[in-house]
Amino acid sequence: MWHGIDLALVWRSLPELGQGLVVTVELSLLTMIAGVLLSVPLGMARASRYRLLAGPIWAYTYVFRGTPMLIQLFLIYYGLAQFADVRSSLLWPVLREGFWCAVIAFTLNTVAYTTEIVASAIRNVPHADLEAGRALGMSSWLLQRRIVLPVALRTLFPAYTNEVIFILQSTSLASLVTVLDLTGMARIVIARTWSPYELFVTIGIVYLLLTYGMIWCFARVEQRLYRHLKREEAGTRVDLRLR
Amino acid sequence: MPDIFNLQGYGHLLLEGAWLSLRVALAAMLVVLALGMAGALARLSRSAPLRVASAAYTTIVRGIPELVLLLIVYYGGTVLLQVLMELVAGGEQRVDINAFLAGTLVLGIVYGAYAAEVFRGAFLSVPRGQTEAAESLGMRPGLVFWRIRLPLAMRFAVPGLGNLWLTLLKATSITSVIGLTELARQADLIKAPTHRPFATFFLASLLYLAATALSDLLRLRIQRWADAGVRRD
Repeated sequence: MWHGIDLALVWRSLPELGQGLVVTVELSLLTMIAGVLLSVPLGMARASRYRLLAGPIWAYTYVFRGTPMLIQLFLIYYGLAQFADVRSSLLWPVLREGFWCAVIAFTLNTVAYTTEIVASAIRNVPHADLEAGRALGMSSWLLQRRIVLPVALRTLFPAYTNEVIFILQSTSLASLVTVLDLTGMARIVIARTWSPYELFVTIGIVYLLLTYGMIWCFARVEQRLYRHLKREEAGTRVDLRLR
Repeated sequence: MPDIFNLQGYGHLLLEGAWLSLRVALAAMLVVLALGMAGALARLSRSAPLRVASAAYTTIVRGIPELVLLLIVYYGGTVLLQVLMELVAGGEQRVDINAFLAGTLVLGIVYGAYAAEVFRGAFLSVPRGQTEAAESLGMRPGLVFWRIRLPLAMRFAVPGLGNLWLTLLKATSITSVIGLTELARQADLIKAPTHRPFATFFLASLLYLAATALSDLLRLRIQRWADAGVRRD
């Protein structure tokens, strides 16, 4: 039966949704941090001349970009339990938890995309910049640290902003493996009150605010990164695209 | 096949699921192309209300996770239809929304917003000189659109649309949430009776990978066809 839109119910469930929001932010942050830490070295290796290094990384990113994140999550959450060795291992208390499985799955997924972003930014560092560095007698590591990475960082920033938004939105999938993030909490409240419309629209608005709030923050950072450039070139508007 | 991959005779269900996933993706792609084109033309039109409507559509849809949008449309749509039915027919009515329709529509609406941006960018990439040349030959605006702007824009839209199709193929997996027995749902259903959850999801991911890898190859061929006659730098 339809009882109209129950705003009081939305108000009463805000504390629970707030708890869910904290989990959503935790999932996103952990995934982002692990993603950056892994993607930068992997991206450098992927862009390197050594086939033995770049090849396997390409295979990894190809497979993880070619399959749905949901299946990757299920493979880790449900799949690993098939093996008795996993169930008796020290890691089992972690791998049993939906939350940690989600962090692992999201990280593996985002690293695949971010590695390619980093690698393509590195390949696009202007040759003259490298030559200038070499002419000054920089060693290869110094060149990487002082020239390649800083220059690449600027060009990869818009694509990375996009990736972060994808992570944020994808964390809603964690609700499908018992995690009580924003979406998971909404589903719990709905199971109790049967008011799907109010709750789902409410969290939709929260995600919308989070998404554009994050884009705004990243645009500020980007302006700083580009502050040496002319104003028109600085702070290119972030435009959400498919990754 | 090693025992860990023995699906106990349930394997064909994965193939049936894959076939349904493909049909959902194809049906959704039609919605995507229609909404994307409409959104792009509205965005580039001279009418301010149309521009605002298009911008609102792409902004809102891209800011909300597709899973949440799916749940809003599926459950919200059920409630809405129920209200309408009760108004028309009276009494308490039970409504079940067709999961295929809901899944197709939601995927179409979500990726239509991205397609609108792809088409918009493509139309903006058409060199001004080309349309000016057509106008100077006396072509009417409609003819300029069909003969010049649309065909040229299509070429610029190919990479974006190809990427969109790959994303759409993978995104069909979320329709499992509303009970559509596509590939992800079938895998979810048979993971327990097979006692091989890893093998089940692993084989399911191979099917997805096959679909995206083939699509990727097809995309390259279409790109080559679309770029025929273009100078390569």
